Amino acid sequence: MAREIISTGNDLAAIASVDAGCEFFGGYPLTPSSEVMHTISDLLPAAGGASIQMEDEIAGICCAIGASMSGKRSLTATSGPGISLKAENIGLAYIAEVPLVIVNVMRGGPSTGLPTRVAQGDILQAKTPTHGDYKSITLCAGTLSECYTETVRAYNLADRFMQPVFVLLDETIGHMSGKAVLPTLEEVKAGIVPRKVFTGDAADYKPYECENDQPAVLNPMFEGYRYHFTGLHHDANGHPTEDEQACDDLIKRLFRKVENYRDEIESNEEYMIDDAEIVIIAYGSMALSVKEAVNRLRADGIKVGMFRPITLWPSPEKRIKEITDKVQKILVTELNLGQYLEEIERVSGRRDFDTLFKANGRPIAPVEIVEKVRGM
Amino acid sequence: MAFNYDQYLRTNKMPTLWCWGCGDGVILKAFIRAVDKLGWNMDDICVVSGIGCSGRFSSYVNCNTIHTTHGRTIAYATGVKLANPDKKVFCVTGDGDGLAIGGNHTIHGCRRNININHIVINNFIYGLTNSQTSPTTPQGMWTVTMKRGNIDPTFDACNLAIGAGASFVARETMLDPKKLERVFVKGFQHNGYSFFDIFSNCHVNLGRKNKMNSAMANLEWIDSISIAKTKFDKMSEEEQKGLFPTGILKQNTEAAEYTDSYEKVKQAHQNNTLVQL
Repeated sequence: MAREIISTGNDLAAIASVDAGCEFFGGYPLTPSSEVMHTISDLLPAAGGASIQMEDEIAGICCAIGASMSGKRSLTATSGPGISLKAENIGLAYIAEVPLVIVNVMRGGPSTGLPTRVAQGDILQAKTPTHGDYKSITLCAGTLSECYTETVRAYNLADRFMQPVFVLLDETIGHMSGKAVLPTLEEVKAGIVPRKVFTGDAADYKPYECENDQPAVLNPMFEGYRYHFTGLHHDANGHPTEDEQACDDLIKRLFRKVENYRDEIESNEEYMIDDAEIVIIAYGSMALSVKEAVNRLRADGIKVGMFRPITLWPSPEKRIKEITDKVQKILVTELNLGQYLEEIERVSGRRDFDTLFKANGRPIAPVEIVEKVRGM
Repeated sequence: MAFNYDQYLRTNKMPTLWCWGCGDGVILKAFIRAVDKLGWNMDDICVVSGIGCSGRFSSYVNCNTIHTTHGRTIAYATGVKLANPDKKVFCVTGDGDGLAIGGNHTIHGCRRNININHIVINNFIYGLTNSQTSPTTPQGMWTVTMKRGNIDPTFDACNLAIGAGASFVARETMLDPKKLERVFVKGFQHNGYSFFDIFSNCHVNLGRKNKMNSAMANLEWIDSISIAKTKFDKMSEEEQKGLFPTGILKQNTEAAEYTDSYEKVKQAHQNNTLVQL
């Protein structure tokens, strides 16, 4: 039977982590994400894991990556300014193929911006958080329940694809308190996808020798399978190399291991979309306002629906294309100046979308959306 | 019989990328002999390094190894150690890596007194990247970024570590490998943050423009600035100027070690009490 709990988005991300088998948290306080650390710093030692508040954002992610390298499911949580600081080491996790869940509770930016106010300004940052070539996996929770379920999914995707996975919350959903319906602990445990391990002779173990679209197989440390992690381009054993072919194979594999398996990652919600003449695209807390607006407009007989990407990167390309091919009037709503609009334009090939954007730290209210749709 | 280093090395990575006559190899060998003397299994050891010549140390030792981003060695190692408190964790950094870009992590590693062995291979220069000023470059020396002579005051790494709370602090040079090995054995066994400031030569990128264009000339200079702590302590302040005391400069066996304290946090959760430090 499903569990019902009164909680906040930030707390649910922490609770989900422990339920999903996270054993390590490393971070640094940053509004509006700090409650993730407040909660998990209490939960983890009680569950036999460890949580540490480091001296800065960079150290926070580095120690989490270190713990993950040793074989433990690990988490860091922060907000946009923290991601900016962590960027270089996120890159190391991509190239060395170290799984890590990164919760980003978005606030107004750039820079220190609006620390206590909502924004969705880190969408493109999540796509390309660091220099070089790789493929982001970014999930975006749109309900309190999803703060839990998407965090659980992030751990499984991180271990399946051996790379960092972002969970984007925003200030509204992170701090919102309410009822969340959660899967049972047994369901969560049964759904855990553990990291692959090599079980043969240690002499034959080559952690980075894999098919051209498969992730590395990185055994836990201290079990006799010795190898090398590096942020440099590396060979099959993880040792630095500048070999032309090896470098080419590595970077293309990082790309393909996600790109070729998009259907395992992509996800979205569709609300009253079947007969819709107008579709509103929204994600994260923005979708809460949109859903309310759809209900109000439907009550007035206006055929409107909502499309909500849950996986932002890689985007749910196929469904975006189908919907934008079928429906003429589309409204894109975001708490930024159109970061995801770019992706929708790319996928659809269209440039004629209506938009409703706000990037001043305030949410968009249902009444504003209703008004906008009435004018379309 | 000569000591067999091969079982501790990734022999297929030899020769190292270190220049001919570089002191880093002496430090690597002393590290290996110390581990051997302690009878530690390489499967239980994780060596973490950063960026620079010292950063390649982790490539050469045959154990669990991490080559991190520049300066972040201690932070990565803290994660490995806290998640695996019964394992042996080593950090190898350079002077730029551990004292400039990574200075904050060194300070806080020392402050936590987490049981990590931090070897700073201090060659007084950014050697790998062609002679930029490091925090330990002596004043007046030529660097590629201060061609008229470095004006930045130099860092005393051991004073920093002592001030920040490391419970074992030692300085040695690669001139006396046997002594280096003995100090490593003592420090590696110490339960707490063990900080080693090890002077090494870079006659290629420190020496070439500073009248130390051979390994020998560079080593003579290192010898001239190093003096045993017992002698140093008897000198006047005037005489101590420009000299660095060597030997074990601090050892406090009473200081609480971080992962031990964290175990007490876990117990406090079980007993529903405040942590009993």
